Amino acid sequence: MAALLEIRALSRTFGGLFAVSDVDLDVNPGEIHCLIGPNGAGKSTLFKLVMGTYTPTHGSIRFDGEDITQMPPFRRVNLGMSIKMQAPSVFRALPVWQNVHIALQRRVPRRLLAAEEGRLLDLLGLAAEAARPAGELSHGQQQWLEIGMALALQPKLLLLDEPTAGLSPEETFRTGELVKRLAQAGMTVMVVEHDMDFVRQIATRVTVLHLGKIFAEGSVEAIVADPAVAEIYLGTPHANADS
Amino acid sequence: MFQRLNGPQTLGNGRGFWIGALAVFAVAVAFPAVADPYDVGNFAYFLIWIFMALGLCLMWGYGGMLSFGQTFFFGLGGYGYGVIEINIGAAHGGSLAALVLAVSVAALAAAILGYFMIYGRIGGVFFGIVTLSTTLALAAFVGQTAGPEWTVGTARLNGFNGMQGMSPLQLPWFGRDIDLEESALYYFLLVLLAATYVGLRLLVNSRFGNVLVAIREDPQRAELLGYDVRRYQLVTFVIGSLLAGLSGALYTAWGQFITPSSIGLPAAAMPIVWVAFAGRSDLTATFVGTFVLLFAFQTITIYSEQSALVLMGLLLVATVLFAPRGLMVGVGQSLTRSFAKRGG
Repeated sequence: MAALLEIRALSRTFGGLFAVSDVDLDVNPGEIHCLIGPNGAGKSTLFKLVMGTYTPTHGSIRFDGEDITQMPPFRRVNLGMSIKMQAPSVFRALPVWQNVHIALQRRVPRRLLAAEEGRLLDLLGLAAEAARPAGELSHGQQQWLEIGMALALQPKLLLLDEPTAGLSPEETFRTGELVKRLAQAGMTVMVVEHDMDFVRQIATRVTVLHLGKIFAEGSVEAIVADPAVAEIYLGTPHANADS
Repeated sequence: MFQRLNGPQTLGNGRGFWIGALAVFAVAVAFPAVADPYDVGNFAYFLIWIFMALGLCLMWGYGGMLSFGQTFFFGLGGYGYGVIEINIGAAHGGSLAALVLAVSVAALAAAILGYFMIYGRIGGVFFGIVTLSTTLALAAFVGQTAGPEWTVGTARLNGFNGMQGMSPLQLPWFGRDIDLEESALYYFLLVLLAATYVGLRLLVNSRFGNVLVAIREDPQRAELLGYDVRRYQLVTFVIGSLLAGLSGALYTAWGQFITPSSIGLPAAAMPIVWVAFAGRSDLTATFVGTFVLLFAFQTITIYSEQSALVLMGLLLVATVLFAPRGLMVGVGQSLTRSFAKRGG
């Protein structure tokens, strides 16, 4: 089976320091691939390389059979990628409905827009907040709104950078169920996450990054049972402190 | 069609607003019948500047790009009209062709300058600095063209004394030409301005407009929703600057005269004062506010030009301090609110 996302020998340096170093990674269609690792492991940098907000120093990225290594972010989005970034980033001054509208309008014809917009707002539980500026929503609601905007594009590959940061345990669980439903419907999902319970809930495969390199890869059970993985987490004084 | 005029990007979307707008338009149409020709010419002069203000409103208020270059494009349009009209003559649609060509020159210059700025990732305050420098460079260049060697074809640029000798606009009409002066020019401008206003409202409430305000709010998020942010910015910059070029060409046709001082620093600051005072986030507010300011400025200038300039500066400071979203936007919003209360 051909991988949807193929990362080969990917490196990115910042002033001589390797943030991402010689990474090979495949993300297969339909899987929920979780990327974990201690602080500064290079997870977010790797995401930004995949999305195109950073360009790599070395290596290549292929998506859906196409070389996207040097492609600007908006082209990658149009090939079928979509991202929820780490810090909630919504159009704060614009009303919630318009945030959703802007995400939908590329794909959805005008006559169906209103209906799609309502459906998505219902799914996000934000129908009652539709007219409020997005910046006035709670942190958790903004996270959901941004996930909703990423979903509005109906991507082949959905990238979620810490989707549960700042969510209550109940919201976290609901986010997990949503992600699982999306994967069942055929979407491929890649997640950077600190919350191991969440990873256990959703992951079909886990990659551990450490100091910019791939440290381990396998099923959730295998990763959780791996003493070396526990060591890099426990051995780092600030492990898990930033979630 | 009517629906598409209205939307989240404009204040005044209800039936009441449009009835009011039509009433204002009707008054404007009737105005030459009751006013003396001097006032009609004067009002035509006010209308000329509003194109430029609307262009800045689009770029700055909707697109988040503060351009100090409106008078640069005004100058290109104004001098462009003069040079072309003098060379090809006004008859048989010549002056209209000069108008279109002059505006095209401004648009082309905007595309080139905008390309290097936007694709060179010059953003924020540097966008203002580059556009201002370009403007001052043009003013300085035209200012030193006093010598007889500075001619384009038969048109002499004439340095600080200003270029003159071009004809007013003439409208070809079934074999004869109508001179667009006084009332005729006023009506021409009125229709052109109304069409521009309607066109811009359609634009900002369209899908394009949605993306434009999204880019203003968060360019990275907009790009990550699949939008080619820089292309949207470039198109917006060209439209906004083109409107300044239109103001310039119309200004020269109106007065048959243009000088470098209409490009230089005090002139370049004016559109920013108008739009900031009126409220950059809304086209209607910019339209009304600019008209009010031009009217007030001219009234005061009759007594003292210096105090008029000082007053404009004070107005800008007061707006920034006390009504950062602009005075007309504030008025518009409280009107909307009071209507909503009465309706509900």
